[in-house]
Amino acid sequence: MNIGILALQGAFAAHEQAFSDLGVSVTRVKTPADLAGVDALVLPGGESTTMSMLLDSSGLRTPLEIRLHDGFPVFGTCAGLIMLSSDIKDGRRDQRPLGALSVTVRRNGYGRQIDSFETPIIVDDGAQQIEMNGVFIRAPRIEEVGSNVVVLSMANNDPVLVRQGNVLAATFHPELGGNGYVHQLFLEIVEEIESPRHSKMVRN
Amino acid sequence: MLSGGVIMDVVTPEQAKIAEDAGACAVMALERVPADIRRDGGIARMSDPDMIEGIKAAVTIPVMAKVRIGHFVEAQIIQSLGVDFIDESEVLTPADEAHHIDKFKFVIPFVCGATNLGEALRRISEGAAMIRSKGEAGTGNIVEAVRHLRSILGDIRRVGQADSAELFDWAKQLQAPLPLVQELAETGRLPVPLFCAGGIATPADAALAMQLGAEAVFVGSGIFKSDEPGPRARAIVEATTHFEDADVLAKVSRGLGAPMTGIGMDEINQRYAERGW
Repeated sequence: MNIGILALQGAFAAHEQAFSDLGVSVTRVKTPADLAGVDALVLPGGESTTMSMLLDSSGLRTPLEIRLHDGFPVFGTCAGLIMLSSDIKDGRRDQRPLGALSVTVRRNGYGRQIDSFETPIIVDDGAQQIEMNGVFIRAPRIEEVGSNVVVLSMANNDPVLVRQGNVLAATFHPELGGNGYVHQLFLEIVEEIESPRHSKMVRN
Repeated sequence: MLSGGVIMDVVTPEQAKIAEDAGACAVMALERVPADIRRDGGIARMSDPDMIEGIKAAVTIPVMAKVRIGHFVEAQIIQSLGVDFIDESEVLTPADEAHHIDKFKFVIPFVCGATNLGEALRRISEGAAMIRSKGEAGTGNIVEAVRHLRSILGDIRRVGQADSAELFDWAKQLQAPLPLVQELAETGRLPVPLFCAGGIATPADAALAMQLGAEAVFVGSGIFKSDEPGPRARAIVEATTHFEDADVLAKVSRGLGAPMTGIGMDEINQRYAERGW
């Protein structure tokens, strides 16, 4: 399993550390050739306007859209979620989302830097409740979710962790002060695709 | 969230829009770019709140604003405006010749300049959330930024080689708190991001800073003192992302018109980098 991380701009180093803590190394993706070499992709936090522009200039947008259409597993946090969404409010006028996740999202939906906050995030996976610290920095706010989107966690009455097929996304930063749960969840999604019958064994 | 990005100095809402459209990850709102502060002389202060509000309203990316070294009331005012980051900057005329701002008293994060590792650690001990190498603002000359980055990163590597007894001496030499020096030796990196500022004028300059080890770059006069600010701003953004790819750097360096003229270090009589203690 070769996990890639979009390294155009933003908090890609923190994600690398989070995966490294789980014993998984990741490859930085900046070009179409880099993208072709990975089995899954993380879209980190940063400025979505900057990343969106660089996605076009690097030639990554089209090959990424094609792979997303074919069920490419991706994990977006904060700005990464904005890029994966289907509708962006308060974006730059030429900012085009990738449309892999049926959510309407408002950029800076909780306000500016001074309004950034931390709050407990609880995920109920059916067997147990997992609690982690949610760090929201100029975070996007999910305003609408499509019927095919599973909301894995809510905070302050907003969806903050969602999944649609092989797309996992968080409005907060699980790579900052998290407990590795969300990254582990993404690894399990990728493993499930790679060897659907043996995924339990791999996990254990 | 600014890592791998370019923070651009802007003096009007129109410039802020150009910067955002070019892919800036943040803008620095100020009344005059450093090259003009240098030319005009006099006392350089915090910008007019109206001007900062105008820039805040024009863009959706984070907005930073500068305050004078030690001028904590300017910082209180900037914070009340809801600006995203404060730069306690040597480009403005210092308000205090001994003390920097106690940055722990503020909610919004501070970025501070440093010419060497000791200065960087002192700023961190006062609460700075980001450090930028100072370079020499308003010159379009990268030489000082390179000197400062090499000094900071070289000493980080040297501290990493020191044994535990030597760290006491390092703390003394650096005039920095021992716990920060010990943490640095343990992790091999500053506890906050290290950016580069002061003298970046071309895409190659930005890539040089990134290859030396900066995590993001500030471009002050280099964009809006050049012939074609929009294309140059965009080229510097691309160079900062693809800083190790010489083919991309060659491509984005073409046809940008003239960069800012720039000045040699022996032609200036005031070094801003010497401000700060």
